[in-house]
Amino acid sequence: MSDNKEYLDILSGKADGITIVPAPPGEPSAMVDKATIRETLDHCRYDRDLGFNMLVDMFAIDRNDGEERFEIVYILRSQKTNARITVKTRCGDEGIETASDLWPAADFLEREIYDMFGVPFANHPDLRRIYNPDDFEGHPLRKEFPLEGKDFDKRFVVDLEKA
Amino acid sequence: MADTKYMTINMGPQHPATHGVLRVVLELDGETIVSSTPDIGYLHRGIEKIFENRTYWQGQPLTDRLDYTSGMSNNLAYCLAVEKLIGVEIPKRAQYIRVMLSELQRIAAHLLWVSTHALDMGAMTVLFYGFRERESCLKLLEKVSGARLMPDYIRFGGLREELPEGFLAEAQALIKELPGRIDEYETLLTENVIWKGRLKGVCPLSADDAITYGVTGPVLRASGVYYDVRKAYPYSSYEDFDFEIPLGTKGDVYDRYLVRLKEMRQSIRIVQQAIDKLPEGPIKADAPAYVPPEKEEVAQDMAALIRHFKLMTDGFRPPKGEAYASIESSKGELGFYIVSDGTENPYRVRIRPPSFLNLGSISKMIHGSLVADVVAAIGSIDIVLGEIDK
Repeated sequence: MSDNKEYLDILSGKADGITIVPAPPGEPSAMVDKATIRETLDHCRYDRDLGFNMLVDMFAIDRNDGEERFEIVYILRSQKTNARITVKTRCGDEGIETASDLWPAADFLEREIYDMFGVPFANHPDLRRIYNPDDFEGHPLRKEFPLEGKDFDKRFVVDLEKA
Repeated sequence: MADTKYMTINMGPQHPATHGVLRVVLELDGETIVSSTPDIGYLHRGIEKIFENRTYWQGQPLTDRLDYTSGMSNNLAYCLAVEKLIGVEIPKRAQYIRVMLSELQRIAAHLLWVSTHALDMGAMTVLFYGFRERESCLKLLEKVSGARLMPDYIRFGGLREELPEGFLAEAQALIKELPGRIDEYETLLTENVIWKGRLKGVCPLSADDAITYGVTGPVLRASGVYYDVRKAYPYSSYEDFDFEIPLGTKGDVYDRYLVRLKEMRQSIRIVQQAIDKLPEGPIKADAPAYVPPEKEEVAQDMAALIRHFKLMTDGFRPPKGEAYASIESSKGELGFYIVSDGTENPYRVRIRPPSFLNLGSISKMIHGSLVADVVAAIGSIDIVLGEIDK
């Protein structure tokens, strides 16, 4: 993962709105504007000098610092060059566009983010909750989700009419 | 309802062949699968959320409970990520012991897989032999850690304690015996006509599909893709060891079986080298801010006692930052992405469970095959629901 800098440099020449941010002690990553994230991922996947054909992981971090509070992180890997880079973007409750047509792996991963953070992904083929039941309220990994409260130890009753 | 063409059936969540609480909704045309939807979450405990509200120390036992067939590997992945964050150098001896134990764990996990998969496919005998050897591996892990399944032995900065007396001799004896035992399973299965008929050509996954679906581990390598974290991004001194990565060609269930058996033989080689080359020296890093003192020191030195107490009650504060570390566990690439905000508790811990992404490819894998083959396919990707549901 040490030589990922050169791939980040190539990537930042491909689309607008890409800044390379250091994240010590980890590796630097590319922070991409929400407007160009889809275009950037497209370059990552199909450009010959990048060719990141494996989506190793995709997840969200709730920074809880204003309008665009969710950081979506993509860890990409190329089977050909063995390079691994991190691409990030920020978004709010409105969500971003799906990457599941580029990497089918994103299908499950985006459903997980949707379930845990409530970030919707436009054009996702099957955007449902993945862990929690469909009629569950709230998104557990958001920072404001209560750890305890007056109802936190109540039994969860499934509404058979709705389900 | 007269014009209904497809039949929907529900497999699981209480089904012996789904290895836990997995439910798959199958849409059938006769006996052929038209589409399928895996449904998970029955075992969801919110481990990532619990991590955020515990100190780094308190997070460690939670990792044991992810993939409960390879606790040592989970400990190692979590420790590597935290160590990257706090930036400590691990002594060579501790690194070698880590390698040795995680390879023993891999052998145990693969033995469990061979045994249960054979049972799923109707070959019961292998289970009894496989579990015998698995028990010997687990006894060794119990000897070092005190627990068969939840070791919690690999700690930040090194290991919990020195290897017990006689461990190396016992490990050596087991390693000497194992290749012969694996030969025995191979006589029972590899050339068995029923076994081959049941597994060959069943639910294949092409190399391209395997990569884009994010599949890792033996399932990916059975499709002929050379990717193993131990070789691609070596950690914990794996670059010092001489071993090969077995690959399959067709990517069917039979290839996955062969890859796992060959992997066990490679693991035996690695353990042998670790025993032979095991260096002398300390087993804990010299980093007093993060690593607790030895028990003897605590009993004699007041300062050490206070330091131990503070570390255990308050925890430690890694510098602000983010780190991703991944290892090759028995199921595939197990990664931890930890975000630290400079306090005692991690701001965010992301677990990349290999089984979760491997399961994501199941719909692709079983599309167009028969209902009976679903059991073979689910078994062959070696899922552990504790890890998928987190």
